[in-house]
Amino acid sequence: MFAAFATGLYYALVASPIDYLQRDTVRIMYVHVPAAWMALGSYTTIAIASLVSIVWRHPLADVCAKAAAPIGAVFTAVCLVTGSLWGKPTWGTWWQWDARMTSVLVLLFIYLGYMALWSAFDDRQRAARAAAILALVGAINLPIIKFSVDWWNTLHQPASVFRSGGPTIHPDMLTPLLIMALAYMLFFVTTLLMRMRAELASQRLEIAAERRAMALEGVQ
Amino acid sequence: MTAGVDGGIGTLVRRELQLVWAERSGGAIALIFFVIVASLFPFAVGPEPQVLARIAAGIVWVSALLACLLSLERLFQPDAEDGTLEQLVVSGQSLEAVAIAKMITHWLTTALPLVLLTPVTAAMLGAPFEVWGTLLLGLLLGTPALSSIGAVAAALTVGVRRGGVLISLLVLPLAVPTLIFGVGVADPLAGGSALKWLGVTTLLALAVGPFAAAAGLRVAME
Amino acid sequence: MVASDPILLRAEDVACRRGGRTVFTGVSLTVRPGAALLVTGPNGVGKSSLLKLLAGTLRAEAGTIQRPERVAYLGHDNALKPMLTVSENLLFWAGLAAPSRAEAEERLRAAVRAVGILPLWDVPARLLSSGQKRRTALARVLASGAQLWLLDEPTVGLDVASVERLGPVFAEHRAQGGMIVATSHTPLPLETVETLMLGAAAQGARP
Repeated sequence: MFAAFATGLYYALVASPIDYLQRDTVRIMYVHVPAAWMALGSYTTIAIASLVSIVWRHPLADVCAKAAAPIGAVFTAVCLVTGSLWGKPTWGTWWQWDARMTSVLVLLFIYLGYMALWSAFDDRQRAARAAAILALVGAINLPIIKFSVDWWNTLHQPASVFRSGGPTIHPDMLTPLLIMALAYMLFFVTTLLMRMRAELASQRLEIAAERRAMALEGVQ
Repeated sequence: MTAGVDGGIGTLVRRELQLVWAERSGGAIALIFFVIVASLFPFAVGPEPQVLARIAAGIVWVSALLACLLSLERLFQPDAEDGTLEQLVVSGQSLEAVAIAKMITHWLTTALPLVLLTPVTAAMLGAPFEVWGTLLLGLLLGTPALSSIGAVAAALTVGVRRGGVLISLLVLPLAVPTLIFGVGVADPLAGGSALKWLGVTTLLALAVGPFAAAAGLRVAME
Repeated sequence: MVASDPILLRAEDVACRRGGRTVFTGVSLTVRPGAALLVTGPNGVGKSSLLKLLAGTLRAEAGTIQRPERVAYLGHDNALKPMLTVSENLLFWAGLAAPSRAEAEERLRAAVRAVGILPLWDVPARLLSSGQKRRTALARVLASGAQLWLLDEPTVGLDVASVERLGPVFAEHRAQGGMIVATSHTPLPLETVETLMLGAAAQGARP
């Protein structure tokens, strides 16, 4: 039911920006900008879950972090792809190394590394602990990465100055943007809960299989 | 916990250096790799001196960064495998001290030789002589951050199959600020600003690294 | 540690979790100076894990452990660097535990002599047989001057003569107030030893 609500809201809103805008290409901004926000928001979720996992050892925290990662990575990828599509008419090229796109690209690599770390261990508990440490190290690093990329960008002032989203967002654009952001958030939460349920189910399967192995061994 | 007269990071570093000396083989590989990677660029972008000179600082930095990654997989692995790590904990050494000692050793045995070899690669790529000094300074100040980040990645992935690739994947995004500011030091206009931020980045890496690496080792031992 | 605190090993209601599953719960034991405890039980019941908990290399999921200031641990691995000689390997560890370099070397020589590998002083570890490596690891324990010895299968790979050599070593340690907790599949040369059986019922050991 919740899923239906979220999806419905999401699709309803795709239609609405068409009313507001004259130029088709700028419409992509409604997909691109909230995706960037959610890419960062998902990582914040992972970072907080990791902190909870390390400090309070709440079992659901690991599940939450693991489940959120692919969603965040997808948001990041969507942001990059839509950014590229949006920029092509303006830049003339498929990619431009501007500050935001570059930062998001590095964020994508961080997501991929985080997911790779989860898959690297047979022992699930070790994977969870190691991933939590990595997530926090990444979280501390992110502001510095953003700052250094901005610094780097001003140093190598690109020929065409492109700022996705513009220096100021026109108030007419703000409302649908926020509504889209809300829809993205609902999508995130719904998908997260679905993935967490799936993750818990697969854990239960694994524990059951392990019990069978132990019973055969004659232990306990 | 009494650690006797010889406890602490100094002893651990001396021990690590003793081990590196005893198993002499691996050290030179990073140096050779550094030079080879740097010399790949002329093949890739053409030998025009102006082009190479323009990007020389960047090439040196990327090559140094990649070469530093090579020895990370073996940073904690042997000690975790043969029980040395357990013995260190039981004898009262903190994992933070162990991590710091490994970082220092990595820097001394992998990063520092690279840095000293920089004039060779810089000359090969035709970097203007004025840039050499700032390039060296940037590397000296930035490579400790690489050792620290590398140690964290190595600690998190102890015992993982094909850990080396995973380490690279984890280190490279986190090393972006060091790379940006490190190369920036050689820039005539922004050098001062870059130097300042390079220092900040390295300090942060050195402050956080030992604790994160120790946490990773703790997890690996369970 | 306050001077009036007794030197002993005490574990209360300790639980152990490894790899996401609970290995054991509710284990309690007390070992006083001069005592030896043998931990027994079927395979996989957690004997090695218990020793690691007591050593402090593993964190207990529940319960408390009180241990003496200095502990020596012998695990499955010998922690020897193949390229270094016996003395180079062990002087490092002895140096961590002894107040001076000279004393470390003296203790080490005595330890190495006691387990019978003094002739191997300058031999690189990679040339040693597995029994000799085990004895080297035992020498490390002996030279540590630790009050508590935690030994996990100490006699693996040792021939009968070497095992017998350990009898006086253990006795001397206990006579000086030391404690031993060990697991072993073969009989150890220990006298008046308590037994702690892990398994279906976790029992406390009487001191």
